[in-house]
Amino acid sequence: MSMLKVEDLHVYYGSIHAIKGVSFEVNEGEVVTLIGANGAGKSTTLNTVSGLLKPRTGKVEFMGKEIVGVPAHKIISHGLALCPEGRRVFLQMTVQENLEMGGFTRPAGEIGASIEDVYQRFPRLKERYKQMAGTLSGGEQQMLAMGRALMSKPKLLMLDEPSMGLAPILVEQIFAIVKELRETGTTILLVEQNAQMALSVADRAYVLETGTISMSGDAKELLTDERVQKAYLGG
Amino acid sequence: MNLLLNTINGISLGSIYAIIALGYTMVYGIAKMLNFAHGDVIMVGAYICFCAMSYLSLPPVVGVVMAMVVCTILGMVIERLAYKPLRSAPSLAVLITAIGVSYFLQNAALLIWKSDPKVFPSVLAGIPGLEFFGGELRLTAVTIVTILANIVIMLALTTFTGKTKTGKAMRAVSEDKGAAQLMGIDVNRTISLTFAIGSGLAAIAGVLLCSAYPTLMPTTGSMPGIKAFTAAVLGGIGSIPGAMLGGILLGVIEIFARAYISTQLSDAIVFAVLIVVLLIRPTGLLGKKITEKV
Repeated sequence: MSMLKVEDLHVYYGSIHAIKGVSFEVNEGEVVTLIGANGAGKSTTLNTVSGLLKPRTGKVEFMGKEIVGVPAHKIISHGLALCPEGRRVFLQMTVQENLEMGGFTRPAGEIGASIEDVYQRFPRLKERYKQMAGTLSGGEQQMLAMGRALMSKPKLLMLDEPSMGLAPILVEQIFAIVKELRETGTTILLVEQNAQMALSVADRAYVLETGTISMSGDAKELLTDERVQKAYLGG
Repeated sequence: MNLLLNTINGISLGSIYAIIALGYTMVYGIAKMLNFAHGDVIMVGAYICFCAMSYLSLPPVVGVVMAMVVCTILGMVIERLAYKPLRSAPSLAVLITAIGVSYFLQNAALLIWKSDPKVFPSVLAGIPGLEFFGGELRLTAVTIVTILANIVIMLALTTFTGKTKTGKAMRAVSEDKGAAQLMGIDVNRTISLTFAIGSGLAAIAGVLLCSAYPTLMPTTGSMPGIKAFTAAVLGGIGSIPGAMLGGILLGVIEIFARAYISTQLSDAIVFAVLIVVLLIRPTGLLGKKITEKV
């Protein structure tokens, strides 16, 4: 069943036409990745789906409901969480407070158990629960950002460049977590510049090039595709 | 003994600045704007309390509550009508609008209450002060209540922003509006609430100010407003403890300058201190320089 369906999306920054008719879908239980170079429009697409940006035209359907025009702060209640580019954790709040904010829309009684779940997945966060998020390392901040997004118990988790700026060993860790999440049945839409990693964990992939989708298909097939190899995998 | 008295009076005056500065600093923290109309909200609060007590002969407590209610609503209305439409406008446009709102309030007050100064009846009239050291140190009820009010407000705000869900959401919004929205926090509502709290506090400050210095005019709020803004910058704008520290320091400096140097030069000295502090610590005393890890 198609969980998220984006159809002919057009997004502008002022007069700059950033997204030019992007269409894709994410089915329940899948990991789908959008790959592409810097400035291809990957983050713009995710920010539009999550309501932070308004498209000029196009449709975004989530669980059969049109969500274009729904204010950004109401999107999360539909079961759609975005872990934004650059992590954007609240630096001057503690780890625990960041997680509480992640569960902002959930009943107070359920927050504690969810925080424990996150701590179980990310034991590092538990060790530092009283620390300000600003004092965490980049990798820890990324874990916090992912944990925070999971706090809302999303049906679809959107990850925007989770590996950005991290050391290779941390990139591996982050992707291991993505795999784990996928095994527990979380549907994931992953945006990455690290095409190699993204394609190896995803079921399906779309290649975004200057605001349009240039290729799409099975992730494993794209991984060996000549054009993808040439453009994104340094082959 | 004089030194002690001056210090206490300074802390009391500083407490008023601190309460006003809280409004500046909270609004700045959340909406990233300087609400220069804040000082005039103080004046409106004082007039409302004055009218309730002098014209309607209501007890002072009712007057204070009425002033708080009116100012809270006024703050939210100002935000909704004047600032919200400019949410994505350049900050200069917002600043000019704030100055416009300030003049609007002053002139509206001039129309309603005329230009002749009103003598504000102290909300604590008839309540005796305290005497220490066999009458050598006399503190008025207003002095004591002002300091206590400041402490209570400080504790309440610290608890609110540190422990409650809404208060934490407020901090989240002040740090990153986009990320806060992704959490499901309604940014517009949060900003509105901030204006409500700041303006409610301004009403309290207005009543306390006029109880200590009983001349009430349409321009009564502007000088304390500017000094409170100075206090907020001195302490580090955006920081709640900073507003408190900056306010009290400013009050003490002002009273000391008046007592030991020159009454006429006291304001100049206050602002000179600000300039020196900002030269040494541009972010203010408690202002944090935020270093972001990439």
